[in-house]
Amino acid sequence: MASQTAPQQNPLQTTALHGLHFSLGAKMVPFAGYDMPVQYPLGVLGEHLQTREKAGLFDVSHMGQARLVPVNAADDAAEIFEQLVPGGIKTLKNGHMRYTQLTNEQGGILDDLMATRFDNDLWLVVNAACKDNDFAHIAAALQGQATLDIQHRALIALQGPLAVQVLQRLIAGVEDLVFMQAAWLTWQGHEVLVSRCGYTGEDGFEISVASQQAEDLAKALLAEAEVEAIGLGARDSLRLEAGLCLYGHDIDTTTTPAEADLLWSVPKRRRAEANFPGAAIINQQIENSPTRLRVGIQPQGRAPAREGTQVQNQAGQDIGTITSGGFGPSVGGPVAMGYVDSESGQIGTQVNLIVRGKPMPATITALPFVPQRYVKG
Amino acid sequence: MSKKFTKDHEWISLDGDVATVGITNYAQEQLGDVVFVEVPETGQQVAQGDDAAVVESVKAASEVYAPLSGEVVEGNAALEATPELVNQSPDNEGWFFKMKLSDAGELDELMDEAAYDAFVKELG
Repeated sequence: MASQTAPQQNPLQTTALHGLHFSLGAKMVPFAGYDMPVQYPLGVLGEHLQTREKAGLFDVSHMGQARLVPVNAADDAAEIFEQLVPGGIKTLKNGHMRYTQLTNEQGGILDDLMATRFDNDLWLVVNAACKDNDFAHIAAALQGQATLDIQHRALIALQGPLAVQVLQRLIAGVEDLVFMQAAWLTWQGHEVLVSRCGYTGEDGFEISVASQQAEDLAKALLAEAEVEAIGLGARDSLRLEAGLCLYGHDIDTTTTPAEADLLWSVPKRRRAEANFPGAAIINQQIENSPTRLRVGIQPQGRAPAREGTQVQNQAGQDIGTITSGGFGPSVGGPVAMGYVDSESGQIGTQVNLIVRGKPMPATITALPFVPQRYVKG
Repeated sequence: MSKKFTKDHEWISLDGDVATVGITNYAQEQLGDVVFVEVPETGQQVAQGDDAAVVESVKAASEVYAPLSGEVVEGNAALEATPELVNQSPDNEGWFFKMKLSDAGELDELMDEAAYDAFVKELG
């Protein structure tokens, strides 16, 4: 609908690496309210393969970081936080992290996030587009029990099979971490929080660094022969091949962790306690199996099937929708994920994707499309 | 004859009454890595501005419009197996389709190379 007055354009926010992106020749796009690099001169394909084969540096400073601190020092922020998420958080060992979701009373997902325990505190990393709402929700829900100390730090991801050998040259001790473990280490006298995790399916790290030191650290990493800067375009194709959800596309307030095939992140203890938002609905879905399920979908031809593409069974009936789809450079062909009716969702089922009005054959496939190469303890 | 250009960043090269259509170097740079191309079928009638082909990069799908009216006489079969020709050789091997023109007068609406270069320059 046309409006009488021009819409108010909020100026885009920038990260501490904004100037560096320009000097590297990045193509910039608006993303979650930030002016972010979608690709560098290497291009999405080259950046994707670089990350799978060597190491890629990503600016993920737009994501939200916060420390959850118990009001009473003797209390445990991890235990308190379990009121809002279905994950096993209080059982985290010191310096270890887990993936979980903030749920609503309907079992829908408000956001997905990483939580790391440091003694009685919990370090949270949430999605950029959701961070303001997340932090308001957490602070209000846990008022009187814990306070949220929002961190205005940069976040740099270094991903790929050579990430560890590069990073240990700069920051001693990173090689001792295993997948989903984090530690406060030192880089040139500055405290950095290094977590062995990521969003590409590869081994790698996320480094939380004070904004003032972020550009120097990024430049030091880019000066290493194995490292190239990687934009949001390749970040998306990397995480899609790895079968990882993108909030707002593959999961949102209308999808539950059960439907999204994320029950591996909901331990038996939490299901039995049923004391997180939406527990009754999620437990009911676990018992009866949800009516729809997130699955991998591999088109048989070369044409990518994009988000929103209809999925039909062999009889021509609608059975679902693609929520993420594109070209997988490491797979060498199109890859997608989406929701289909559970009865139709068996691995190996032949389906049709309606692309530009024509049915295109595809197969329901196990996720991920490429093997995850995490370094586990 | 020298090439003609559209504001949708297509080039047209005329040989008799058959026009070869491709996308410009500027267009392929904007698209990024091309991973899939669907060309029209031989015999398909298209009117100027109709969707005629599809080009997909890693990032997104884009339509290629018929720059002129006429009948498609050949699609570039090489693009099915090697869509990257659009990036590597946009002005030559990466052509999309050939068409027999039904109204050569439509050619007059198109830009020559100097006008197209000026148009691209204005886009920044």
